[in-house]
Amino acid sequence: MSATPHFPIYMDYGATTPCDPRVVDVMVPWLREHFGNPASRSHAWGWEAEAAVEKAREQVAELIGADPREIVWTSGATESNNLALKGAAHFYHGKGRHLVTVKTEHKAVLDTMRELERQGFEVTYLDVLDDGLLDLDLLKGAVRPDTILVSVMAVNNEIGVIQDIQAIGSLCREKGIIFHVDAAQATGKIDIDLKTLPVDLMSLASHKTYGPKGIGALYVRRKPRVRLEAQMHGGGHERGMRSGTLPTHQCVGMGEAFRLARLEMAQDNAKARALHDRLLKGLADVEQVFLNGHPTQRVPQNINMSFNFVEGESLIMGIKGLAVSSGSACTSASLEPSYVLRALGRSDELAHSSLRMTIGRWTTEQDIDFAIETIRANVARLRELSPLWEMYQDGVDLSTIQWTAH
Amino acid sequence: MGSIFQPFNGPPIDRLHKVSAMAYSEKVVEHYENPRNVGSFDKGDESVGTGMVGAPACGDVMKLQIKVNPATGVIEDARFKTYGCGSAIASSSLVTEWVKGKTLDEAAALKNSQIAEELALPPVKIHCSILAEDAIKAAVDDYKKKHAH
Repeated sequence: MSATPHFPIYMDYGATTPCDPRVVDVMVPWLREHFGNPASRSHAWGWEAEAAVEKAREQVAELIGADPREIVWTSGATESNNLALKGAAHFYHGKGRHLVTVKTEHKAVLDTMRELERQGFEVTYLDVLDDGLLDLDLLKGAVRPDTILVSVMAVNNEIGVIQDIQAIGSLCREKGIIFHVDAAQATGKIDIDLKTLPVDLMSLASHKTYGPKGIGALYVRRKPRVRLEAQMHGGGHERGMRSGTLPTHQCVGMGEAFRLARLEMAQDNAKARALHDRLLKGLADVEQVFLNGHPTQRVPQNINMSFNFVEGESLIMGIKGLAVSSGSACTSASLEPSYVLRALGRSDELAHSSLRMTIGRWTTEQDIDFAIETIRANVARLRELSPLWEMYQDGVDLSTIQWTAH
Repeated sequence: MGSIFQPFNGPPIDRLHKVSAMAYSEKVVEHYENPRNVGSFDKGDESVGTGMVGAPACGDVMKLQIKVNPATGVIEDARFKTYGCGSAIASSSLVTEWVKGKTLDEAAALKNSQIAEELALPPVKIHCSILAEDAIKAAVDDYKKKHAH
């Protein structure tokens, strides 16, 4: 077993990506000498900042095939989701008060939906299939004459599955329902062309695509036009949809990150695909290991696996050379394992035994080989410690045991 | 493209670890790395008491076994297997050390607070020590049941 590296190998790109050094370089001048407020119309500092922000807006728009006038800057995908859902619900509440989303969405969508329920809206939370994908017939059955909005994420943050945005969007278009897509995990990983994709609102994040944290955007379709009620007031920036002084350096950083994503997506994906396959191959012969989510309808950057009979948090403690995350939450406040894995119909023990590894632009073959080695060693060691593994080896069916739940 | 990751310049990583939610004391880490008395005794053996507590759905299951000298009623040996987080593994490893040489009643009198204190468990991990206490009691009960007649 090779020595644990000086600090953990980063395999948590799904939480955040490092900011690309090329992105940092273009940001710095806008923190130093070019400090102007993009909203200042009366002098050169303002004009140059405004030009920089507008260039960045074009770069963001270009990655997703949008018009720059359809891009509203926000502080990140959470704010974009809030603005999209609350903004549309508040604007169109006269048309209906029913919204539809999916149980595996990010908390930024689910918690916003809960808030809308408190405000008197009605929300349907759809189940997913065992592979994490949404069943279109289920959606068809859920929409009603008073449904005003459907929200489905493009790429799931925990399990990496890609929903059929084209088909869901077509259904919504047919019924005259606004379609919102959380694309925080999708940019730079899947092709998005809003000239043809029937999506009305799309949330974008910078820091999942090698840009800085603290900036994001909401795409708001112009044709057919989608209206939103502002959630942030004061100054009327961003055509009244989101007031607040724009952080020039952040906008410039996100613009550059999205420009690079457009140029390098094919290369990034090919590399991630090879590493993804290498990792799966290296763990293929370990008994009772399961890939969570659809095996092919997924982004290669995400590998979410359950190592049966090994608890996720103890596994993370063992593989300390790797920075990864787990679907397990062993705290007294919440003994609930990942709600996403539960929604896939995974048993509680498989959900507790999960590991999310997310790779990206700087992951190497050596990183993957180290991961394979340390995971194999620790899974074997922890299974020797596991009474569940012992029972499984003895042929005991765990579902027949009367557990003394506490 | 070369690695962009630079040597870590902030506070030492093990210091950072302690302020995070997955906070493990040195003693927990030590037991996790070198668990004591891992294994199983034959459940059917008359001198063995077995306690199994917890549930996979909750993320932890402990199996604790004691081997008792029938003449003296003293626990001579103990074994454990645990499915759970590092604190759960450490709690059960610790109690296998503690119960050795104790009478059944002394072992059953062990309190979870003693385990939590010894391992410096944070509040979110107290339930691990409770589970370990339950496991000893269950093992003692099982032994007593075997010898009730």
